[in-house]
Amino acid sequence: MVSLSELRANPRLKWIGVALIVVSLVALPFALSHVGTAWVRITNFAILYTLLALGLNIVVGFAGLLDLGYIAFYAVGAYTYALLASPHFDIHLPWWAILPIGASVACLFGVLLGTPTLKLRGDYLAIVTLGFGEIIRIFLNNLSDPFNLTNGPKGITTIDSIHFIGMDFGNDTRIGSLFVSGTIKYYYFLLALLLVVIVVNLRLQDSRIGRAWEAIREDELAARSMGINTRNMKLLAFAMGASFGGVAGGMFSAIQGFISPESFVLTESVMVLSMVVLGGMGNIWGVILGAILLTFVPEVLRYTVEPVQRWMFGRSLIDPEVIRMLLFGLAMVVMMLFRPAGLLPSAVRKRELAVPENGR
Amino acid sequence: MAAEASATASAAGAPILEVDRVTKRFGGLVALSEVSFSIARGEIYGLIGPNGAGKTTLFNVLTGIYRQDQGAIRFEGAPLADPTPDRIAKLGIARTFQNIRLFANLSALENVMIGRHVRTKAGVVGAVLRDARTRSEEAAIERRAHELLGFVGIAQRGNELARHLSYGDQRRLEIARALATDPRLLALDEPAAGMNATEKLELRKLLESIRAQGVTLLIIEHDVRLVMGLCDRVLVLDYGRNIAEGAPRAIQKDPRVIEAYLGKPREAGAP
Repeated sequence: MVSLSELRANPRLKWIGVALIVVSLVALPFALSHVGTAWVRITNFAILYTLLALGLNIVVGFAGLLDLGYIAFYAVGAYTYALLASPHFDIHLPWWAILPIGASVACLFGVLLGTPTLKLRGDYLAIVTLGFGEIIRIFLNNLSDPFNLTNGPKGITTIDSIHFIGMDFGNDTRIGSLFVSGTIKYYYFLLALLLVVIVVNLRLQDSRIGRAWEAIREDELAARSMGINTRNMKLLAFAMGASFGGVAGGMFSAIQGFISPESFVLTESVMVLSMVVLGGMGNIWGVILGAILLTFVPEVLRYTVEPVQRWMFGRSLIDPEVIRMLLFGLAMVVMMLFRPAGLLPSAVRKRELAVPENGR
Repeated sequence: MAAEASATASAAGAPILEVDRVTKRFGGLVALSEVSFSIARGEIYGLIGPNGAGKTTLFNVLTGIYRQDQGAIRFEGAPLADPTPDRIAKLGIARTFQNIRLFANLSALENVMIGRHVRTKAGVVGAVLRDARTRSEEAAIERRAHELLGFVGIAQRGNELARHLSYGDQRRLEIARALATDPRLLALDEPAAGMNATEKLELRKLLESIRAQGVTLLIIEHDVRLVMGLCDRVLVLDYGRNIAEGAPRAIQKDPRVIEAYLGKPREAGAP
């Protein structure tokens, strides 16, 4: 049996491995649409959540700042896209203009949240960020009068889909004999976006900035005493994390075509945070795994809980939705008991949570 | 005596650090009361005193962790305006901590690399694009970090986690991390605490070679032999006041110092 590290060391095998991954990622949506078109859609959401989780990982995993209101940035990005590409104000900007605008607006909100919370850590920071997330949602719900900005709880409808290289991502296309649905087009778009975000994350982590964040997470006072401007570095973490959230939000708007404040509730923040924690805070691959699992497992349960009940008892005893949340909660508890550092813990977290050898 | 010592200090050149009647209160407690002294460039300056005398408080004021209530501090002739720890480090004062504060879960090398942060520039764009300048800066950071680990004598420990190092090596690593910020004044809070005799001897050599590189040293230390052997001048604090300053040998005989450490003799006689 060849070990993984040997595989990595061999350049030819490595390229074969990379090629296999690329081919399977390209073929994936077509394979999935044979199982059911819903699965392509679920995959898109998995990527969307991965983008969110990677953004939150900068704040929580790298800089160690617990943020319970992260979904607010997703909301800001989503509403920015919706307002700039819908009949609501009759503005129809192209996606390549809106996504950067959405990222910038979210970034601004990141700084807005970061500034007053600079001196807070841990529980206190969590409470303030939680409040921030709720404030944004409540604003979205109520900014419909006297000036109708967000259209309140009714949300914004008929948001433009993405138009790119002569294709409308909202519709299906036939390329030769190949039938490409809008969902599949979004899949590739999201995949490309994800690739960019992963590269940005990996490079940030292994840089002067990433080290400064690690230092702040480990010992803020020591970090300051080493000349790290902790205020700027924390704001940067908030701003970067928020920008990623904003881009993901924009994509959400474009894919859904409809958004309302209901999509940005606290449970969503908790879900994204769970992805980060379950996968392994601070480890980019772990966070990706966490996001994919937490998107897919509930969906798989949705499709299996009911048939299994029928098979076992002859009828559906418990509402599938209830069982789903029950199993989900159970899985989280078990995870935290047996793998507190996550499925793929970052090297640092693993050390932190390991039994200390010398009593320190 | 003190006048004589400060005369020699001014002869050695303009002072690198001047502390002028600094007072720090915590509620009703006066932790520092009108403490004044100055350190000449290239000097090894000792700070001693019984527990609770205000030594660490003074360090915390000097490095921007606390703000003094009264008095002024000048570094290289310029007053420390609006001091924060990061600004002070940038100005050229680095420190170590009495209760070692390393980035415990990072490797020794990473600890020192973080010390280079303040003297390097790469931002988000550089980090993401990895342009030639960022790459060469990153290589320089790593090279310097290795150099410093070698300089303090723990070259082969670079990949070990800071918290897995022995106590003495952790102290050395803290010094390497502080040196990585290119300080002109290095403030060490009990660098020899918890070290055995051999380690102390090595520490002394290390501190002397740091001075030889042109770094001025300010040291809090309890080990009398180390202080006497190493320091050019010593300041004695007691209850937040400076009670004596001068060459180590003179300080040792100063009745006020003896009183601070041992208490007042019951009757007049032998000190």
